Amino acid sequence: MSLTGLDIFKLTPKKNCKDCGFPTCLAFSMKVATGAVEIEKCPHMSDEAVSKLADATAPPMKTITIGKGENEYKLGGETVLFRHEKTFVNRNRFALLLSDSMTDEEIESKITSIKKVNYVRIGEEMRVEIVALKYEKSREKYLDLIRKIKESNLNIVYMLICEDVEVLKDALELVKNEKPIVYGATKENYEEMVDLVKGDELPLGIKANNLEELYSLVADIHKLDYKELILDAGSSSIKEAFDNTVQIRRIALKEEDRTFGYPSIVFANELSKGNKFMEIALTSLFILKYGSIIVLGDIDYTRALPLFALRQNIFTDPQRPMRVEPKVYPINNADENSPVLVTVDFALTYFIVSGEVERSKVPVKLAIPDAGGYSVLTAWAAGKLSGSSIAKFIKESGLDENHNCKKLIIPGKVAVLKGDIEDNLPGWEVIVGTDEAMHLPKFLKELQQEATAV
Amino acid sequence: MVFKKSVQKFSGKINEVVIGTGEKAIKLGGENAMPFYDFDGNLGERPKVGMEILDIFPDNWIEPLKEMYKDVADDTAKWAQFVEENFNPDFICLRFEGADPNGLDKSVEECADIAKEVAESIELPLVIAGTNNHEKDAKLFEKIAETLDGYNVLLLSAVEENYKSVGAAGGLAYNHKVGAESSVDINLAKQLNILLTQLGVKPEDMVMNVGCAAVGYGFEYVASTMDRIRLAACGQNDKTLQLPIITPVSFETWTVKESIASENEMPEWGNQEDRGIAMEVSTASSVLASGANAVILRHPTSVETINMFIKELLS
Ligand code: B12
Ligand code: SF4
Repeated sequence: MSLTGLDIFKLTPKKNCKDCGFPTCLAFSMKVATGAVEIEKCPHMSDEAVSKLADATAPPMKTITIGKGENEYKLGGETVLFRHEKTFVNRNRFALLLSDSMTDEEIESKITSIKKVNYVRIGEEMRVEIVALKYEKSREKYLDLIRKIKESNLNIVYMLICEDVEVLKDALELVKNEKPIVYGATKENYEEMVDLVKGDELPLGIKANNLEELYSLVADIHKLDYKELILDAGSSSIKEAFDNTVQIRRIALKEEDRTFGYPSIVFANELSKGNKFMEIALTSLFILKYGSIIVLGDIDYTRALPLFALRQNIFTDPQRPMRVEPKVYPINNADENSPVLVTVDFALTYFIVSGEVERSKVPVKLAIPDAGGYSVLTAWAAGKLSGSSIAKFIKESGLDENHNCKKLIIPGKVAVLKGDIEDNLPGWEVIVGTDEAMHLPKFLKELQQEATAV
Repeated sequence: MVFKKSVQKFSGKINEVVIGTGEKAIKLGGENAMPFYDFDGNLGERPKVGMEILDIFPDNWIEPLKEMYKDVADDTAKWAQFVEENFNPDFICLRFEGADPNGLDKSVEECADIAKEVAESIELPLVIAGTNNHEKDAKLFEKIAETLDGYNVLLLSAVEENYKSVGAAGGLAYNHKVGAESSVDINLAKQLNILLTQLGVKPEDMVMNVGCAAVGYGFEYVASTMDRIRLAACGQNDKTLQLPIITPVSFETWTVKESIASENEMPEWGNQEDRGIAMEVSTASSVLASGANAVILRHPTSVETINMFIKELLS
C-alpha cells in the first residue's frame, strides 16, 4: 500500500518552515512519496506520524524471527504467491508435537526420533526445527517436559502451546532466552499474553474460531502495538485449514492488507487424525501452499524423505538451477589408477552421485563437464552433454594424459553415448553404468573386484 | 480495515473430457479456479485417481505388491479385474512395459490382444501407457486405437516426435482421447496442443501430461509449470492450455532411491514399502495442489490416502 503525497502531507506539521530544504510541506511530501527523500529530513514530524509512515511503507508480509543462535530461523517475509514470479524466501519449518499427557516412554521415543532423523541432502541439514510443547494436564508435568527437552541437548526452537498465562510465566522462566514461540493468544487472553511476551519481543501465536475473528484479534493486538505474530489457520477441518492458509497469504500479498501479513501455522498432526500418510499428503500441500510452521505428530524417515526433499525443491531460485563447478573431483582418496565416472554439474545430481560413490568406498574420479547445470537427461536432450563434450572435457582436464586407469563410466540413462565417446577418445574403455545412482556402490565394487582379479 | 475474503474470478475454464463408456465413465476438468480454491469459482469435476497395472509380471515392483498380485499378475485381464473389485479406482492405467524394444519387445498385435481382453473384463475407463520409445509407441497406439474402437480410452501419450500418428489414430480415425506429453515447460505444452488441434484432433478429445518428477528430483519445475499453465488457462483465458492434466505419478516415484533402497541397504531409513507409499503420496498431493486433474498411482494405500485427501479438500 503506497501512500500518496497528499496522505503524507496530512501527517506533516504543515508549518512550511523550510527546515527540510523544501519550500513547503506539500512539496516535501510529494518528494517523500516518490521515495526520493526520507521522512526524517523533517525535524518536526511527530513520532506517531513517523511510525504510521514506516508501517505504510513496510513490506506486505512481516519477517518473524524464532529461536536463538544456531537455532534461529526466519519465517514469512514472502512477496509473491507463486514461485515462478520470484523466489520464495523463507522455507517452512517443521515442528513436532509433544505434550505433558504423553507417557515418559512416548516422550523419550519422540526425542530419539528427532535426534535420529538428521541428515544432509544437497548440502543442507534436514531435521525437525521446532518442538511444539503442548500444555494439557498438569503444570508440574508440563514444566518437567520442558526441562526434559532442555536436558536432551536437541538443537531446537521451543514453541509453548498454552493458553494459561500463569503456567506460561513459569515455562518462560526456563526457556525465555531461547526466543521461543508463545502460542495461545485468543480473544479472551490476548491482553495478558501480549504483556507476557512484549518485553522479550517473543513471537506470539494467535488463534480464533474463524478467519473473521482472527482478523479482529490481530487488529486488537495491533492496538496494543504488538507485531511479532504467527497466525493459526485453524484445524477444525482440512478444508478450513487450507482455505484459511491461502486466504491469509492472499489477503496479505494481493490485497496488501497487513493485518494478515504474518506467517501461519498449520497443525497437520491434528488434521490427519493419526493417519501418517494423510499427514504426509497434507504437509506436502502446505509446503506448497503457504504453511510457515507445519506441526507433525512424529518424525521418521518415511515422513522426512519426501517432505524435506519437497521443501528443498520448492524453496530454490526458479531462475537459476543450483550448479556445482565443472571439474574433476577425486572421491575416497582416488588417484591416477582409479576409474573415472562422468556425471553432470546439476547440484542435485552431483550430490546424489557423489554420495553414492562415497558410500561405495571405492576410489573414483568424478569428472564433471559443463552441462549447463542440467540433470543427465535434460542436459543430453538440450545438447549440453554429448560424446564429444565428454571427450573434450577428459582431454582438457588432463585426465587423458595423466591418468593411468582408462575406464570411463557413464550414466546408464545416456548409454547411447558410448560409441560416440569411444570414437572421440581412443584408448579409453567406456562402461555403461546403472540407471539409478543408488546401484552404483554394488556396480563399483564389482568393477573393483574384476580389476583386482585380472 | 474490515475483513474481506480475497476472491479472484477467472474468465477461462478447463475443458471437460470424458474417458470410458457407460456408468463408470469419468469426466475430467471443468474448473475455472486454481486447484481447490472454491472461494474463487467452480472446481469442476473431482480430480480422479487411477491405478497402474502392467502387461507383464511386475518383476521390478516391491515385494509386498508382487505378493499381493502374485495370483493374478500373469494374466493382465485378471489383474485388472482384481484391481477393479478390490480397490475400485476411478480408472485403470495399463502400461505396456513388455513392448519396450529394449526389453521384451512384444509385438503390437500381442499388446493389442491384451488391451482388448482387459477392456472386455472391466467396466472402469482405461488409460493406455506406452514404452517411452516414440517409434514403438506410435505403432502401438495405432494398433490399440483400432482394436479398442468404441471403448473411448486415453492414449498416453503423444509426444512431439509421434503426435501425428498417435493423434490421427486416436483422435481422428477412432474415437479415443489423446494425451499430449511435454517436458515440464509451458511453451512446449502449448505448442504440442496447437499441433494436435491443427491435425484435427478436437480439444475436448485431448488431455495433457505436462511432465512429472518425484518430490526432491526437480519437482519445483513441475509445480511451477503447472501453476503457470493453470494461471494462463484460467486467468488469461488461453484456449490452447485449457486441457485437463493427467500426471503419471507412479512412473516417477517408484524408481527413486527413497522407494527402491532395501532395508539392508539403508537400515536407518526403515520400512521400504512405507517409504515408497510416502514418496507416491507426497508427489500426488503436490501435483493435485498444482493443477493435475488425474493422477496415476501404484500402491493401494496411496490410492486410499489420496482419495481421502481429495474428498476432504472438496467437502
Ligand atoms: C526438472 C526437469 C527439467 C528442468 C531442468 C532442471 C535441471 N537443472 O536439470 C527444465 C524445466 C529447465 C527442463 C528443461 C528441458 N527438459 Co527436462 N526434465 C526435468 C525432469 C522433470 C527432472 C530432471 C531431474 O531433475 N532429475 C533428477 C536428477 C537427479 O536425475 P539425473 O541427473 O538423471 O541423475 C540420476 C541418474 O541419472 C543417476 N546418475 C547421474 N549421473 C550418473 C553417473 C553415473 C556414472 C551413473 C551410473 C548414474 C548417474 O543418478 C541420479 C539419481 O539416480 C525430467 C523428467 C524426470 N522426471 O526425470 C525432464 C526431462 C529430463 N527433460 C526432458 C527434456 C526433453 C527437456 C528439454 C530438452 C525440453 C525442451 N525441448 O526444451 C529442456 C532442455 C533444457 C533447455 N533446452 O533449456 C526429457 C528428456 C527426454 C529424453 N529421454 O531424452 C525428460 C526426461 C522429460 C520427458 N519425459 O520428456 N527439464
Ligand atoms: S521541515 Fe517539516 S514542517 Fe518544515 S517545511 Fe519541511 S515538512 Fe514542513
